[in-house]
Amino acid sequence: MDSIAGATFWLIRGRDLFLFLHLLGLACFAWIVARRLAPLLGAQRDFRLDRPLQRLGKVLQFWLLQWRHPRYRLAGVLHILVFGGFLLLASRAFAVLAMGVSDRFAAAGPAGLCGTVRDYASTLVLLCMGVMIVRRLVFRPARYGRPSADPIFLLALIGLLMAADGVFEGSQAAFHAQIEGRADLLAPWSLPWVLRAAFAGAFPATLRTVHLGAYLTHEAAFFFLLCYRPFGIQFHVETSLFSVYFAKLDRGTVKPVRWGVPDLQLDTLPSLGVKKFSDFTWKHILDFYSCSDCGRCADQCPANACGRPLSPRALSIKARDYVFHHYPVLGPSSDGAPLAGVLFSEDEIWSCTTCGACEAECPLLIEYTDKIVDLRRGLIDDGKAPQPLHKPLQALETRGNPFGKTEKKRADWAQGIVPVANGAALDTLYFVDSITSYDDRAQSIGRAAARILGRLAEKSTPSDTETQRRGGRGREDLAACASKAAASLGRVAILGPKERDSGHDVRRFGEETLFLALREHNTEAIRASGAGRIVTADPHAFNALKHDYRDVPPVAHISQVIARAVRTGQVRLNPVADGVYTYHDPCYLGRHNGIYQDPRDVLDAIPGLHRVEMQRSRDRSFCCGGGGLALFYEAKENERMGVRRVRMAAEAGAGVIVTACPFCMVNIEDAIKVAGMEGKMTAIDLAELVDRQMSQ
Amino acid sequence: MPPVFAYIVHRSGVADDTAAELLAAARRIDPGRPVTAIVTGWGDDLDGTCEGLRAVYPEIWKIARETLACPNAELVRQALVQVLPAGAILLVPHGHFGVDLSPGLSVKLNAAYVPDVLEIEGVEGVWLQAVRQEFGGQVSAHVRANMAHGAVLNIRPGAFRPADRASAAGQIVDQSAKVGALTARRVYLETIAAQTGDVDITKEAVLVSIGRGIGEQENVAIAEDLAEAMGAAVSCSRPVVDAKWLDKSRQVGSSGQTVRPKVYLACGISGSFQHLAGIKGNPFLVAINKNPKAPIFRVADVGIAGDILEFLPALAARVRQEACLPGTGLPGKGRRA
Amino acid sequence: MEILVCAKRVPDTAENEIQLDRSGTEIGRDDLVYSVNEPDNYAVEEALQIAARTGGKVTVVTVGGEEDEEVLRREMAMGAARGVLLSDDAFEGSDGRALAAILKAYVQTEHFDLILTGVQADDGCAQVGGMLAAMLDYPFASVVTSIEVLEGRKLKIGREIEGGSKEISAIDLPCVLSIQTGINEPRYVGMRGIRQVASVPIPTLGAAALAIPPGTVGAAAARVKRQDYFVPPEGKGAEMLQGNRDEIVDKLIDLLKAKGGLN
Repeated sequence: MDSIAGATFWLIRGRDLFLFLHLLGLACFAWIVARRLAPLLGAQRDFRLDRPLQRLGKVLQFWLLQWRHPRYRLAGVLHILVFGGFLLLASRAFAVLAMGVSDRFAAAGPAGLCGTVRDYASTLVLLCMGVMIVRRLVFRPARYGRPSADPIFLLALIGLLMAADGVFEGSQAAFHAQIEGRADLLAPWSLPWVLRAAFAGAFPATLRTVHLGAYLTHEAAFFFLLCYRPFGIQFHVETSLFSVYFAKLDRGTVKPVRWGVPDLQLDTLPSLGVKKFSDFTWKHILDFYSCSDCGRCADQCPANACGRPLSPRALSIKARDYVFHHYPVLGPSSDGAPLAGVLFSEDEIWSCTTCGACEAECPLLIEYTDKIVDLRRGLIDDGKAPQPLHKPLQALETRGNPFGKTEKKRADWAQGIVPVANGAALDTLYFVDSITSYDDRAQSIGRAAARILGRLAEKSTPSDTETQRRGGRGREDLAACASKAAASLGRVAILGPKERDSGHDVRRFGEETLFLALREHNTEAIRASGAGRIVTADPHAFNALKHDYRDVPPVAHISQVIARAVRTGQVRLNPVADGVYTYHDPCYLGRHNGIYQDPRDVLDAIPGLHRVEMQRSRDRSFCCGGGGLALFYEAKENERMGVRRVRMAAEAGAGVIVTACPFCMVNIEDAIKVAGMEGKMTAIDLAELVDRQMSQ
Repeated sequence: MPPVFAYIVHRSGVADDTAAELLAAARRIDPGRPVTAIVTGWGDDLDGTCEGLRAVYPEIWKIARETLACPNAELVRQALVQVLPAGAILLVPHGHFGVDLSPGLSVKLNAAYVPDVLEIEGVEGVWLQAVRQEFGGQVSAHVRANMAHGAVLNIRPGAFRPADRASAAGQIVDQSAKVGALTARRVYLETIAAQTGDVDITKEAVLVSIGRGIGEQENVAIAEDLAEAMGAAVSCSRPVVDAKWLDKSRQVGSSGQTVRPKVYLACGISGSFQHLAGIKGNPFLVAINKNPKAPIFRVADVGIAGDILEFLPALAARVRQEACLPGTGLPGKGRRA
Repeated sequence: MEILVCAKRVPDTAENEIQLDRSGTEIGRDDLVYSVNEPDNYAVEEALQIAARTGGKVTVVTVGGEEDEEVLRREMAMGAARGVLLSDDAFEGSDGRALAAILKAYVQTEHFDLILTGVQADDGCAQVGGMLAAMLDYPFASVVTSIEVLEGRKLKIGREIEGGSKEISAIDLPCVLSIQTGINEPRYVGMRGIRQVASVPIPTLGAAALAIPPGTVGAAAARVKRQDYFVPPEGKGAEMLQGNRDEIVDKLIDLLKAKGGLN
């Protein structure tokens, strides 16, 4: 068969035509990519060049091995096949391009194994395209929304690309078979193989035309796709690698207000947070490009499930459309307008409980919490906090707790149970935080936790606590610390009236200045207490002390302490008689900090305790409704998150929900009442349960 | 002792309950002194009110002016300034109108002003001894007011038990002529009535009031049933409205309606300050709540620690039984709950 | 429109926080946190919204001492252009009428189209606005829940009246209005905002600057004086009915009959 480069297409030699087309296509692509990069250059800084090895590891795990994709089985497998196919076909694609320009690549057919692989890969991709189109048109999974033209068009285009390649090969092989008597090595039952048979009786001239036509089609489809991808969700083909490489490595943290501006210098900034588009960091804009609208985040989002106006993927897609519109490929860019009320509604932004389900699900590791917090910072800076939050925020400022109760009574719940730090030597500080200190229901969690700590402390020896002291301070790996320090706790005390709210949710609701003030106050008090470690029963406080605070002793959640004590046999728990228990993973213990097994081990160590798992558990746990300031926010929703969760527990056959967070406790107990399930469902905190089973 | 006057608030030809209360308050200032009622208004409404007052007050000063047909404190103030003698003591009910009228009036009269008086302990020379509340009712305070140049006293409605009817056949004195031109720099345009819904709880004498303890929408019917049996109406606290189980017009409290019933059944209501602020007139308050430590029991007259979902139906059944017994004088009629 | 808002710094009263101190006649102030009187805050927000619509600026004034400056700063952080402190030893112990007189003296040193106060403050007197208006001889309206600016130096205002109804009137400018909570949604003022106005100077005016004759204000001139605080003896609380359910129902029926609860 003639080489492509040498062939004539409408009086133009192949070489010239395709050199021109290739260069044109590449130039267009380069131009488009440059225009797409432009807003990133004008955006805020984001420090993402550190820890290259860890980043490469993420690329390997999430990009190459598609680690998260199978969480939605069918779609995940399809995508892995397509992605695999693309990788395998990548080099092939360049070879094909080159064929149009130079005869050196006009090989008779690709050699052995490579050819077989190539043949199967493209056939497989074609088949996957078919399945995917059918899925979207006929089966219509809910998270894809109503079928729209764009994704189907793209799937068809990729299919066309594969088909064109198959025809290109098949027609050439048929030609060889007919004219030259050669039997090219083609993978059995691959598309080219099938087509060779189909073309068996065709005229050589026809075959030649088909062959050249297939090449032209392939080129057109290839470059069209290349240049079209940056205009829609398919851009993720190019940007996903970078999104994953630059993904956030540190769990549980919130980005600083401005990278490179230390906390003390925040006052010098003219404005905080994201108010206009260029206030986003370049990584966030890259995320908007990378969102493939798969809908998994929205599918997992509890706010979305309950009818709140929030949908994470919608946020990404809207933002992406905004960039496309305001930074067009052709034409001048226009930016600077405020985003509030235009790109998103305030209710949308305040609806988020920062549970992290979206981030845990996204196959491309797209971040949402930081964006929401930045948008909230912008709203707060403009005075737009929701009315129900004004009083709690004011109270946090003046009294150190959102309830407005006097700071002097913060330790009243602890009288007779655990002492207040008073300068005497202290080993373990029990950080209580506001809800456990002041809420009638949550106080019993505090008392149970304090009693447990007291009992464990009794079993400690001086040498144990010394080992623990030398364990060091700072943000060390907690597992190492917990194992270094035996379940011995030494002297335990609380900060009492000197304690202020940890500020965890103050920060996540965008009031950074107030958070910094609370953190400064608490850090001083914690350090002054002289404690070598901190224990808390509040996952929000735990997360704050672990990730938001600097220079404080290492912190453990009480479930870890109890689990440790149970494993070493330090503590024995009495059996329970009956009841079906299920464990609800609190967002800030589970998803954000990876502590799933310890609480389960504790429950499993109680003889006779029959435990079931809810369908949505561990990193798919369903948020109870939110903690901290989320308790005060009045969301517009169809159903309360807590009510949904309680029904999930009932579906799992449970009669008792065990949780390890005071906010979860308050939300779930309230939900039990609202759902009318009083008498059929109860809730108990892990500490309360252990306390009960220790003393009976 | 200077002359004592009482400003009468009225609507549709009937004097407000506060009319008799002001008389009681005035008697605390000076038991023997006759008190003159002052009424402003126009037409039949004004005349009707004045007639009704004859059974309560010995003397009624009537000020009729067309521009006074709708209560406009700015105009009333001007009229009163022209009519009141120097050094007079004027009692006004404390409320939306009293707060509009009295502060400025006291300045124009050069008189002392004591707002929201709860108790009058007596007079010592020119000094009036009274009791007020501060900080939203959390503490009380003794105050003294120098009445040397007169005084305007805003009396809290419901704080003074209405005086027994004096047998005085009151004299109506038309003072309209004494009032010159009234210049209006504030002009009344219209009143937009609050959405009352089908029942106006502020007019009910007996209320069956439910709170969060009712549990769910379906259980509201239990309260409605009891109310029907008792000839009462159903009201509620804020959480019930927030949950959309009842309309906002049924809400009792500082952000809802103020009610003045004779009997108030608080069922599954915890007794928050905001809710209690809507209950005036010191009704007979029965509290039924599962939690014996609920704050409502501190202010209730009678308390029952129990489950309202069981208690209310039992009570309704007994009420119906009572209604059927002959000779009890209870007609047992049902009313829209 | 030049708008003046009169603000007061009051103790923050969460439920049951106000208690008598050891003497039994004063309230314990050690634990109290102070902030701007809530209706005054709504008034400032309303003033800011009106000024944004009509042009002009908002001034916030308070009578007190140095500790009251924080309230002015908070309102300036909210957007008020100026904060003014009226302070003098001679003002100590003033009653409501004297406060109104002091404010009147200040108003007369400037030009304001509209003066707003909160409907009432911690003492529940709801008097300063009305008195100020009478002293200035301006028209007045209390418990205002809506303001609309009309042509020709007039406002259309809504007042809250009994039963939740709303009374609409037209009022001439200049006037004084006392503002009810809920008229708007005040914007949030965070720590950062307050820090940013921390060093803006706040002019302080005394009796001499305001030409207030001595003896007309202060404790000696007060016509209404508070003598003490007290808490009336608490009743015994509810009489809890005892017995089984039927017995309780019977007892309750008897009581209801007696109190007129059964029709």
